[in-house]
Amino acid sequence: MTTALKTENLTITYTGKREVTALNDVSVEFNENELTAIIGPSGCGKSTLMKSLNRLHEIQPNVDISGEVYLGTQPIYATDEPLPEIRRRVGYVPQKPTALPLSIYNNVAYGLKIHGNHSKAELDKLVKKYLQKVNLWEEVNDRLDAPGAELSTGQLQRLCLARSLAVEPDVLLCDEVTSALDPISAESVEETLKELKEEYTIVMITHSMNQAKRLADKVVFLYLGNLVEANDVNQFFEKPESERTKQFISGQGVVGEDESSDEEKQPATTAAQVL
Amino acid sequence: MDRYTEQRLFGLLARASAALVVGVLAMVISVTLYRGGRVFLTDPAVMITPPGSRYMLDGGGGFLHAVLGSIFIVVPATAIAILLSLSTAVFLQSDYSSERTSEIINMFLNVLWGTPPIVYGVFVLTVIIAVGAQTSLFFGIIAIAIFQYPIMTRYTDEALRSVPGAVKEASYGLGSTRFETARITIRSALPGIVAGVIIGFARGIGDAATVLFTAGRSTQMPGGLFEPATTLPILIFEQAASFNAEVRAHAYAASFVLIIAVLTLIIASKLLAGKYARFAPGGRHS
Repeated sequence: MTTALKTENLTITYTGKREVTALNDVSVEFNENELTAIIGPSGCGKSTLMKSLNRLHEIQPNVDISGEVYLGTQPIYATDEPLPEIRRRVGYVPQKPTALPLSIYNNVAYGLKIHGNHSKAELDKLVKKYLQKVNLWEEVNDRLDAPGAELSTGQLQRLCLARSLAVEPDVLLCDEVTSALDPISAESVEETLKELKEEYTIVMITHSMNQAKRLADKVVFLYLGNLVEANDVNQFFEKPESERTKQFISGQGVVGEDESSDEEKQPATTAAQVL
Repeated sequence: MDRYTEQRLFGLLARASAALVVGVLAMVISVTLYRGGRVFLTDPAVMITPPGSRYMLDGGGGFLHAVLGSIFIVVPATAIAILLSLSTAVFLQSDYSSERTSEIINMFLNVLWGTPPIVYGVFVLTVIIAVGAQTSLFFGIIAIAIFQYPIMTRYTDEALRSVPGAVKEASYGLGSTRFETARITIRSALPGIVAGVIIGFARGIGDAATVLFTAGRSTQMPGGLFEPATTLPILIFEQAASFNAEVRAHAYAASFVLIIAVLTLIIASKLLAGKYARFAPGGRHS
């Protein structure tokens, strides 16, 4: 198993009016062609960890960071490589499906255009390829010039996936990508993610234990900015090492407790409705 | 007072005030049309006829010189102000400047916005005297651009601020540079920015005080960038006080032209902004 991405002693502090340590000395590895789920109660540092993986947290002011993130063997902080290039290689899909203010076609073509010179014919081919990859092509091929913002939320989230894939990242970061979707759209995005992990390394934040069980190969559990446990998915849910993990996955006595944890005992087949 | 009476009263007040606004606009348009009608309706060509030699005295000819003066001054001024205000507004977003700097600059912009336009006029006049130049189209453009700049910047800044953070994140997440992200943000904010530009343009084309000392009160066709010129508001200002009824009628006709121009512009911009609004992030989801 190759490590695609890893953090080493990563500490992130927000130094605004109130100083908050969002991540405390976190070292964790993400394996190639696996889907790693990051779980934990709200405000535990999940999003901060995810954004630190492509330095997206740097667009906010007042953030201090120490430690390092390695993409393969290459450090992404102590590097001369331009930031946009790092972010191209580590794609990001936001929690709330958000269209760029462009047509459906150009939402996908945007990344291709800024990162290279493609002929119109090449662009057409690539846009089609990535829309097919997220199972959206059939639904939108007759209205590629329509605004991306006019798609339904579920379609829009798949458009966001296609857009991120189009720049050919090595790693894909997905921040609770199904939480804003209705159950049916969520299921189709999940299906897409399952297909994608054959080719990509995916890091996903989720609030749903069941989703983590269904999709993840590995689970990372954060609590109050600390890494509690990172383990293979079966081991994590069957034989958790930490007492805190046991409490969290059974939904007991953890602050910001997860809303889907009551459903734990239900069979996974009905779980798509519980998102 | 009973709650329901209170509600009815307030409803009445709200409707009455809305009606008042529409009523005032209708009255202004009809009065200018009525008073300028003799000139404008019998001979709409006054707006494309050059002034006669004794124009200010007997109203012979038309006011093409002021129509052209207005266009030649306000269009380039608006273009300059758009460029400056967009750059400033993008700078004010936290990517480039700190929160504190933005606050301070915004305060200055508010002061500039509140500054009476005659002050800008006098300021540019001082410059004209200092460099030993004369009033001209050029200085009119400069004065109007200075006048429009704070208005447009505040509007643009607000419009950019209302773009959801997720758009920036999505853009940066794809590996955009700051500049590319700024372009995406501007596109998202375009309906709001267009609104600001139109307000700026309308304020610019309607203002007399800024151009009075800077472009001049020429009664000739504009001759060049560094020649004196005049605008419709100055023409109205000069002619409305004339003892000759013919000349006064021209002032009303010019007012009518000005109002219709601004109205047309605002309607056109609404249509334009609506077209871009479809592309705005969130779209129908927000």
